[in-house]
Amino acid sequence: MSEGVKGLEVRLRQGAPIPLNAQLSCAPGEVLALVGPSGSGKSTILRAVAGLTRVTDGHVSSNGNLWYDTSERVNLPTRQRRVGFVFQSYALFPHLSALANVMEGLGALPPGSREGRAQELLELVRLGGLERRRPSQLSGGQQQRVALARALARDPEVLLLDEPFSAVDRVTRQRLHRELGQLRKQLRMPIVLVTHDLEEAVQLSDRMSILRRGETLQEGPTFEVLTHPASRNVARLIDQKNIFEARVTAQRPRAGKTQLEWEGNTIEASYRSEFAVGESVDWVIPTGSVILHRRVQPSRGVRENPVHGVIEDMVRLGETMLVTINVDGYSAHPLFMSISAHAAARNTLEAGERIGISLRCDDIHLMKARPADEDEQDQDGWPQNPAGG
Amino acid sequence: MVLPVRARGKGVMDWTAFLLSTKLAAWTVVLLLPTSIFIARHLAWRRYRGRVFVEAAMALPLVLPPTVLGYYLLVGMGKASPIGQAYETLFGAPLVFTFEGVLLASLIFNLPFAVQPIQRSFEAISGEVRDAAACCGMSPARILWRIELPLAWPGIMTAFVLVFVHTIGEFGVVLMVGGSIPGETRTAAIEIYDRVQAFDNAAAGAMSALLLVISLIAIVIANVATSKADIGRE
Repeated sequence: MSEGVKGLEVRLRQGAPIPLNAQLSCAPGEVLALVGPSGSGKSTILRAVAGLTRVTDGHVSSNGNLWYDTSERVNLPTRQRRVGFVFQSYALFPHLSALANVMEGLGALPPGSREGRAQELLELVRLGGLERRRPSQLSGGQQQRVALARALARDPEVLLLDEPFSAVDRVTRQRLHRELGQLRKQLRMPIVLVTHDLEEAVQLSDRMSILRRGETLQEGPTFEVLTHPASRNVARLIDQKNIFEARVTAQRPRAGKTQLEWEGNTIEASYRSEFAVGESVDWVIPTGSVILHRRVQPSRGVRENPVHGVIEDMVRLGETMLVTINVDGYSAHPLFMSISAHAAARNTLEAGERIGISLRCDDIHLMKARPADEDEQDQDGWPQNPAGG
Repeated sequence: MVLPVRARGKGVMDWTAFLLSTKLAAWTVVLLLPTSIFIARHLAWRRYRGRVFVEAAMALPLVLPPTVLGYYLLVGMGKASPIGQAYETLFGAPLVFTFEGVLLASLIFNLPFAVQPIQRSFEAISGEVRDAAACCGMSPARILWRIELPLAWPGIMTAFVLVFVHTIGEFGVVLMVGGSIPGETRTAAIEIYDRVQAFDNAAAGAMSALLLVISLIAIVIANVATSKADIGRE
């Protein structure tokens, strides 16, 4: 069925022990990030691709070759699936040197050429000179590189990375991110990256698959998923802070606008034909698309979806300031705005102050209203969500 | 039943008994360690119903009085038992009161001493390390040889020492199953007992000292081997 298809195709479904309903595809040279909170089945999917976990109903193929298919009763053992796997704990062989660790992945080569190739791979991940060290004599970042070199040793058809950066400090992580970004230009296989760090996914991936409780909620190009979440749940999982409900009050296709009523405010979004007048919708806006009305010299932008409110709180996150605003007439959830720290200072923003803001029309994204049976409290939050919401 | 004839009038050291003990310990180690590696690996990673009972049964020799264990082995291997009869049909000689009989008993009473340390060391190997080996394309045999056995090495060395020393020192079970036949079943430990009974304290003391030194050396060797294997591990 997947003859001639290049890359990785995965469909998995099961009820227990870990519920799964996931499908994903990853083309050669592409980085697909599996993103979701802990327990969303990301690692299970990776393990199923590698053949380390059996799923009751599923299909895994690579470049058109069946690796696993329950209906056709195909289940290649792990050693026959050409995967490179970087484990969260790296899982290096503790009794072997860095070089010997990599050489274990080179079983397909004639014995005489293994050492040379292992050396090349260690140099590729910038570990030249440390070949003789045991894993315990290497730093976390160095261990991660040995794990990557070992995973590449097999000349894998698919590279699987299971939270590979979670065990190193922030500075090392950023350096490894840059290096992987460089390295992937030389890699021609599909790369599946499991992460719970959204920033990491955004930085490294071409496509993103959002998972929640084993179910793929949305898969698509990373930027597309980030700006156009398919549902309120996806919006939450990609850390959108501004998620609201509204009602469609007018459709103006000629003007390219869909008009909404949101808690007494009338706002306009880009035209979306699929919503009927009177229908309830969910909508999101990135915090960076909430624009502060300059207090000194008001610009013409103030006419775009103007809203007023009172600053409740301000939190500095590096160079940006996250401003919490209680919008007039709407008290259920505050609105968040991110603004550069110096702009906040220039405009002398302070908690308790009244401000005017504009919601960028083109950046307002409408979604089907969430089904009534979903619990509002049911938030699979990110562990390190800086704004706590 | 033939009563053993005492060999008397030798020097202080009964080398026959001493060599017999060494031979018994060596055979026990050679036969038991490979078997125990597979049993231990199985117990470490497989989960099934009744596993606790299997483990409990295997631990019995640790807690049973040697005479009780010896009694059951004597009955179980005796002429009236299926095992004893089968053995006699095959080899034309009884199993009890022979070196082979003592060896079989030795394999059984040493089982927990061999399996438990090896099992602990297999349990300490992380599942991800084994998964990583499979992801490297290694065959199960190669994973066992290159990854599992080197990582389980400290446990295997501990088992080796425990089994060797314990076999050399075992008294009750060997006496029950083997009697005290010189050159066949009279081991150094039994010989020491016999010498003490005969008020030959010089011989008993010399042989005891030798066994003590051997035990000490075995433990030192194992500790050195284990600590070398541990270098470089986390």
